[in-house]
Amino acid sequence: MYVAVKGGEAAIANAHAWLAEERRGDARVPEIGTDAIREQLTLAVDRVMAEGSLYDPGLAALAIKQARGDLIEAIFLLRAYRTTLPRLGASTPLDTGAMTVRRRVSAAYKDLPGGQVLGPTFDYTHRLLDFALAAEGLAPPATAEADPGEDAAPPRVTGLLAAEGLMAAEDASDAEPGDLTRTPVAFPAGRALRLQNLARGDEGFLLSMAYSTQRGYGNNHPFVGELRQGEVAVSLTPPELGFEIEIGDLMVTECQMVNQFHGSRTEPPQFTRGYGLVFGRTERRAMAMALMDRALRGAELGETAEAPAQDEEFVLSHSDNVEATGFLEHLKLPHYVDFQSELEAVRAMRAAVEAERSRRAATQPEMEGPEG
Amino acid sequence: MSVDVEQERRPADDERRRWMGVIARAGAAGIAARLADAPPLPPHTRLRGPETGLVMVRGRAGGDGAPFNLGEMTVTRCAVRLGDGTVGHAYLAGRDHRGAELAAALDAALQHPPRRAALLAAVVEPLAAEQAEARAATARKAAATRVRFLAMETTR
Repeated sequence: MYVAVKGGEAAIANAHAWLAEERRGDARVPEIGTDAIREQLTLAVDRVMAEGSLYDPGLAALAIKQARGDLIEAIFLLRAYRTTLPRLGASTPLDTGAMTVRRRVSAAYKDLPGGQVLGPTFDYTHRLLDFALAAEGLAPPATAEADPGEDAAPPRVTGLLAAEGLMAAEDASDAEPGDLTRTPVAFPAGRALRLQNLARGDEGFLLSMAYSTQRGYGNNHPFVGELRQGEVAVSLTPPELGFEIEIGDLMVTECQMVNQFHGSRTEPPQFTRGYGLVFGRTERRAMAMALMDRALRGAELGETAEAPAQDEEFVLSHSDNVEATGFLEHLKLPHYVDFQSELEAVRAMRAAVEAERSRRAATQPEMEGPEG
Repeated sequence: MSVDVEQERRPADDERRRWMGVIARAGAAGIAARLADAPPLPPHTRLRGPETGLVMVRGRAGGDGAPFNLGEMTVTRCAVRLGDGTVGHAYLAGRDHRGAELAAALDAALQHPPRRAALLAAVVEPLAAEQAEARAATARKAAATRVRFLAMETTR
């Protein structure tokens, strides 16, 4: 329990003024603009949008600046801001098959229609610090261009497997999905709520849990069937219009993990999917989400849940870093009354132990039992 | 007014859907720059907004399965009315209030066949061309990073 306390207003105001000074840093160094954050710290912006569960690069950049680069604090700011806005509706489900692809790779097929498109990736960089970036004003090298050939979007790898009958079909339902921002999650949550939770879950948590499945805590032998990244059109149908319109494009990353499935009494042996879809270019989180989606589908596929990563309640209850931070950091709030009662309890227990010891010493001076 | 004339006056939903999609992506500066070369828009009054809210973006499990809620995005909408009663609407990603109002006014003006051709030519088509070129440039950069495997017959 914590109690409301009064006082400290001046100290708080001064602390916040100092915070603002620290945020600004050395005044001789130019101040960073939110446009610079949006354009140059794009993956930080993407992470804040994904976990803040709000796609708006400008707001995410502002949150990062305000939070001094503490991304979880920035995510918290975005989550708080969204509560001030009305919900206008829901989009038509994104058609990621029609993505303007910037990157698209498969670890399952070397040669596939549409090819392996590396895009602007960190892969194959040597992870050596590039001191040229420390010198400002250097223009990046010119980006090469080539004839893209056919205009059609590359086909889905899962579709290629499905054409052979080797990929379990997804549920074709168009049911209205549950929304955890409206109704608290109850268990079993089901796949739609799990995907929503994972899409906004803490990247570090998702990464660690996904890693645990790879190390044997949970039966999983995944292949990256396909990883694609690019812009997808967002559509919705305003009731006043009665027809669907496009309202813009979102940058997203999608990961299709392909996992072997030995089959069951009703299903033949085939492959199953783990699915990851995230705002922005955060590829690691899309892959981790896909592994976690598959791990959590165990019950549906008749697998026994043996590891934490397969435990829906465990994963969904601990994935959210705003909730986790709130509960952890609340320990900083005044617990004076709680602690006072604990102090009294510990003092009373000590007094009782001392009294018991003195009583024993007085009655049986020759015995020194180990229980003393 | 006969039914035929009424149908002729109202653009097919497909055509309106297309221009709304193009205008939604243009932004206030993009629209304003193109309007400078176009016949002036008729005056309008605001019916609603411009106002910013949230739209829940949905995905599909496995890419083609049941819908799920991916996360929200900011969306700004606006509705305006022209003197003759024509109503224009705009919904666009982000928080661009001026862009939303310009887009709604443009949507209203485009519904009038006498103005439509000039506005399509001066505003919508150039914006559509810009957007198509941006997509094509992305596709060309992506194509330059497409892997050409060597010795494809021997490595498996």
